[in-house]
Amino acid sequence: MNQEVVIEAKKLSLTFETNDGPVHALKDVDLTINKGEFVSFIGPSGCGKTTFLRVMADLEQPTGGEIFVNGMTPEQARLKRAYGYVFQAAGLYPWRTIGGNIRLPLEIMGYSKDEQTKRVKEVLELVHLDGFENKFPWQLSGGMQQRASIARALSFDADLMLMDEPFGALDEIVRDHLNEQLLELWAETNKTICFVTHSIPEAVYLSTKIVVMSPRPGRVTDVIESTLPRERPLDIRESQEFLDIAHRVREGLRAGHGDD
Amino acid sequence: MNMYLIGALVFWLAAWALNVWLSNLKPTRLTKLLVPVIFGITLLVIWEWVVRGLEVKAVLLPPPSMIGTAFVNNIPTLWADFVQTFIKGALSGYFIGCGAAFITAIAIDRSPFLQKGLLPVGNFVAALPIIGMAPILVMWFGFGWQSKAAVVVIMVFFPMLVNTVQGMQAQTAMQRDLMRTYAASYPQKLLKLRLPAAAPFIFNGLKISTTLALIGAIVAEFFGSPTVGMGFRISTEVGRLALDMVWAEIVVAAIAGSAFYGVVALLEKATTFWHPSQRGQD
Amino acid sequence: MKRMWAKFGPVVTVVIAIFALWYVMAVVMNANWAYDKAARADVDLGFNELVVDTWSQKKPRLPAPHQVAVELWNTTVMKSITSKRSLVFHAWITLSSTLLGFAMGAVLGILLAVGIVHNKAMNLSVMPWVIASQTIPILAIAPMIIVVLNAVGISGLVPKAVISMYLSFFPVVVGMVKGLRAPDAMQMDQMRTWNASKWTTFWALRWPSSVPYLFPSLKIGVAAALVGAIVAELPTGAVRGLGARLLAGSYYGQTIQIWSALLMAAALAAGLVMIIGQIEKVTLRKMGMNR
Repeated sequence: MNQEVVIEAKKLSLTFETNDGPVHALKDVDLTINKGEFVSFIGPSGCGKTTFLRVMADLEQPTGGEIFVNGMTPEQARLKRAYGYVFQAAGLYPWRTIGGNIRLPLEIMGYSKDEQTKRVKEVLELVHLDGFENKFPWQLSGGMQQRASIARALSFDADLMLMDEPFGALDEIVRDHLNEQLLELWAETNKTICFVTHSIPEAVYLSTKIVVMSPRPGRVTDVIESTLPRERPLDIRESQEFLDIAHRVREGLRAGHGDD
Repeated sequence: MNMYLIGALVFWLAAWALNVWLSNLKPTRLTKLLVPVIFGITLLVIWEWVVRGLEVKAVLLPPPSMIGTAFVNNIPTLWADFVQTFIKGALSGYFIGCGAAFITAIAIDRSPFLQKGLLPVGNFVAALPIIGMAPILVMWFGFGWQSKAAVVVIMVFFPMLVNTVQGMQAQTAMQRDLMRTYAASYPQKLLKLRLPAAAPFIFNGLKISTTLALIGAIVAEFFGSPTVGMGFRISTEVGRLALDMVWAEIVVAAIAGSAFYGVVALLEKATTFWHPSQRGQD
Repeated sequence: MKRMWAKFGPVVTVVIAIFALWYVMAVVMNANWAYDKAARADVDLGFNELVVDTWSQKKPRLPAPHQVAVELWNTTVMKSITSKRSLVFHAWITLSSTLLGFAMGAVLGILLAVGIVHNKAMNLSVMPWVIASQTIPILAIAPMIIVVLNAVGISGLVPKAVISMYLSFFPVVVGMVKGLRAPDAMQMDQMRTWNASKWTTFWALRWPSSVPYLFPSLKIGVAAALVGAIVAELPTGAVRGLGARLLAGSYYGQTIQIWSALLMAAALAAGLVMIIGQIEKVTLRKMGMNR
């Protein structure tokens, strides 16, 4: 594996000015993410994990430090369509079919009609939604909608995927299933994935690297390199190795909470 | 008691009992259609028989049968009035007014300052008795249909503007962020997100405007018109106490009004089928 | 200061722009008459004279704002309010039938809504007609109602109020039905678990839930009632009321009179809507529904 750097944050800070005084969403965050990694961000609410993801996506502007995405500023990266973003909710347009929703970024980015059709078909297969192209979002279950939104982020084949608690609103059984599919997809496409979650098992099961964060001010308290193999059946979650990593994550979270 | 009154009473009780029975059945498409229709027929029958039973003078309230006769006998006149008032006055004003409001909304879309200024003013104007502008516009544009169209333009402009501007702001933060992650250009955002998201609001404005357009065109004729037109006919026939003709004209207005509204509502259903308010109706 | 500007600045700017446009239009629209007059008097009209003339004509096509303001001042403050030339007098005539009609319409609308919500047969038979009737230009009936009521010996305030009632009644029914149905299934089930009577359910749950829906429809209703009262004054050649002023103004080409009656009507509408808005604010705050 080559060690090409995808995300590089140096002393990154972001302070929101609110009516109740400044809120330090991020403070002096240093982090490096290499190509092909699956990185989870975990922590209690208010720890800045979503904010960090939004800074990478140029949806928020940092107030201090610097960050590079593929060696560029986030804005340059956004203008080059360097990443696909998956939100907490599927956020599909109700007036477009599933196919139409996936076609949306392709239309905006100026792909040819034939190319659009081809890619829509490809990513629908990738997320196991073939046959649903002409359905409307509201005719599908929540899990299927979220899969469609992942397909939408995959359609223009950016190397970097930013996922903000994409499965947070789904029930455990659907979630397990989607986690398995996501790993499969990651193995097939070899993308770099940044994944925000508040579930310890999910983070450990999915990631090659786990970033533990804590709030007030939002900061990184621990970065855990997973020792699990890239090939991960669901029952790996009962192995001792898995439990050890989960334990370390939990310790990290508890340490971050110590000053409350 | 005379037979007509007893008949009306019996008919009413029977129809009401039938409706109560129907509404307590399992609701189906048929009962949902049948119950209001029966109610409407009952009203007409009671009206007819009570007017005959009490021998109400036709100059006060003509029975439905007489209105029907007047309608059938005067179709050419009614048609000419309809063309003058609805097609020429209301419809052209409706298109110009709604179109202008829509274009204005797009034009001020990129200026939050103008929106903040125009929205309260528009809301204020929308609540005013704009119909009072009619005499002024008749003075400016003459007695022909042009002045009626002008009244309609002014009446529909502000409700349409307010609805469109509100609609253009009706996306969620997430939908906006998504467009940003695609680095979409302004026209792309407008065409692919904001206008589709605004469609339910735009149609709301269009629906409100249908009724306003017809009212504006009819009432403006009270201030001066050529010797044709629905408002002209109503005011002159009222003066001659020919109430059957007045009612026939009102029937035309009712049919035109609901058909106009219906067409816009059907268009809405076809374009905004995805909106929860439309999905819930089936 | 900065906050005040952020809040009112845009509105003030737009209003100033409207007045500026109004003045410009007054020059444009009245220019012909000014040139005609100048041609007849055989004088050359400079730009300054043109502006002065177009802003001070006696029967302009479009009076300048200050002309209307002067007329308003002369017909309100300067006249005794019992005088037939006082705009306050005419406004009061229109206002009284508006208020009477609005009160009747609101009560009737609320009662009908209660009936519709509690009676299945009524809901199925009446509701579609209420909705359909909103698409019909009801105002067209106004002249007939006036004439018919006059013929049976009812004249003056009541016929106009009937039209106002008719117009304000429909928005209230529609809004109230929505409001009385606002409690969700869970809240209704909760009432059922307590074995609450229909009466209790109504006063404890349905009625309070309907209040936020009631006020917006009252605002629409009162504006509609005013339109109804004004239009009701048109067809019978009434001599009193704002509608009569509009009609008389249009007969005699008294544009300034028309505009001042129009502005008076606008002020009435704005005032009525504002009063209801204030009552709404206070009521909702008392009920703890104000966010």
